[in-house]
Amino acid sequence: MANHDIRSPLPGTFYRKPAPDQPTFKSEGDAVAKGDVIGLIEVMKSFHEITSDADGTVSAFAVDNEEPVMAGQVLVTLET
Amino acid sequence: MPVKVITAGLATTIQDLGRPGYYHLGIPVSGAMDRLALRAANLLVGNPEDAAGLEAVFMGPELEFTEDAIVAVTGADLPPKVDGEPQAGWTSFPVKSGQVLSFDFLRAGARALIAISGGIATTPSLGSRSTYAIGALGGVDGRAIQAGDELPLGDSAGAVAGRSVPELLRRGPGSAPELRVLPGLYRHRITDAAAEQFFADSWKVASEADRMGYRFQGGQALEFVDREPPFGAGSDPSNITDACYPYGSIQVPSGTEPIVLHRDAVSGGGYFMLGTVISADMDLIGQLQPNTQTRFVKTDMNGALAARRDRAANLDAIRSALA
Repeated sequence: MANHDIRSPLPGTFYRKPAPDQPTFKSEGDAVAKGDVIGLIEVMKSFHEITSDADGTVSAFAVDNEEPVMAGQVLVTLET
Repeated sequence: MPVKVITAGLATTIQDLGRPGYYHLGIPVSGAMDRLALRAANLLVGNPEDAAGLEAVFMGPELEFTEDAIVAVTGADLPPKVDGEPQAGWTSFPVKSGQVLSFDFLRAGARALIAISGGIATTPSLGSRSTYAIGALGGVDGRAIQAGDELPLGDSAGAVAGRSVPELLRRGPGSAPELRVLPGLYRHRITDAAAEQFFADSWKVASEADRMGYRFQGGQALEFVDREPPFGAGSDPSNITDACYPYGSIQVPSGTEPIVLHRDAVSGGGYFMLGTVISADMDLIGQLQPNTQTRFVKTDMNGALAARRDRAANLDAIRSALA
């Protein structure tokens, strides 16, 4: 088993849900396929979907919901 | 067509130094958010300072070149790569026909200016190639670049790789940037205590920050002076009878979150303005990321003009270094 980090391409605010009243995109232990949405980054008045660039299983979220992030910061670690 | 857009980045736009002269008709100047960075990038690749380049915000595009060119990337620290090989910022480097220019993750600042020898040669609108997306002017069909676009280049004037702007002449955002403000024109609408508090508070760049304006959060709400609303003004204490909005003017709707208007500004409206960020610090705003803590610092006209001279001297020094 190897670890794979998904990094934010953008600085902004990270959201784990598509909307406040909906469930999270992914939780720890969930299977993730390449291209799956794992969260949103809000910046410049719009929301950008962050997709996985690998197949695997979520081992940990490195950033909480609504937390500010920098470009290049690790959002999620996958076990691949 | 010399440059093919493989991926466009977030909101990568063609910008030159803008289209002055139409603001009274509601068309803003537009142009590079960081004008010094665009001028420097153009000088590095042998272009006129006002040639059109690309402004990439937060993330870079991927561009495939179909002819040899010289490229320079200035402004934000968004490390360029040619076929995956890292290249230095503020330095001209060659991109051969068939090679791909891409970018690593943003390290500092917000907007990288990408100049290509010959300049981007799209059709100008109202004398400029700058993209004003809301007005569908300039750029590629009035919009940001997108995957599949092909960007024409002008004739290169004989660019050389390996030229570099000396580090002391580059300006990025400091760790706690300060924006200098000339108070007025509606400063009288808030109390003296509120004005002092505004300059004492720390303000964080909000996510609502783009080419039109930058919103800030986190300071205390402003206290207004009581009044009867004048004819034409709304009942909110931050309303005025509609007036012209200068570039850099700071409006504070309902007194809570200041907005500094930038290159794609609206030209007028009904919010009071407590002051104007001086022209010398407008480039710096264009390099602020969301969540950056900033302060507004009061200056006066002499201070603003001295700062403008400093910026002009900085540009002259870059010109001399690259001459």
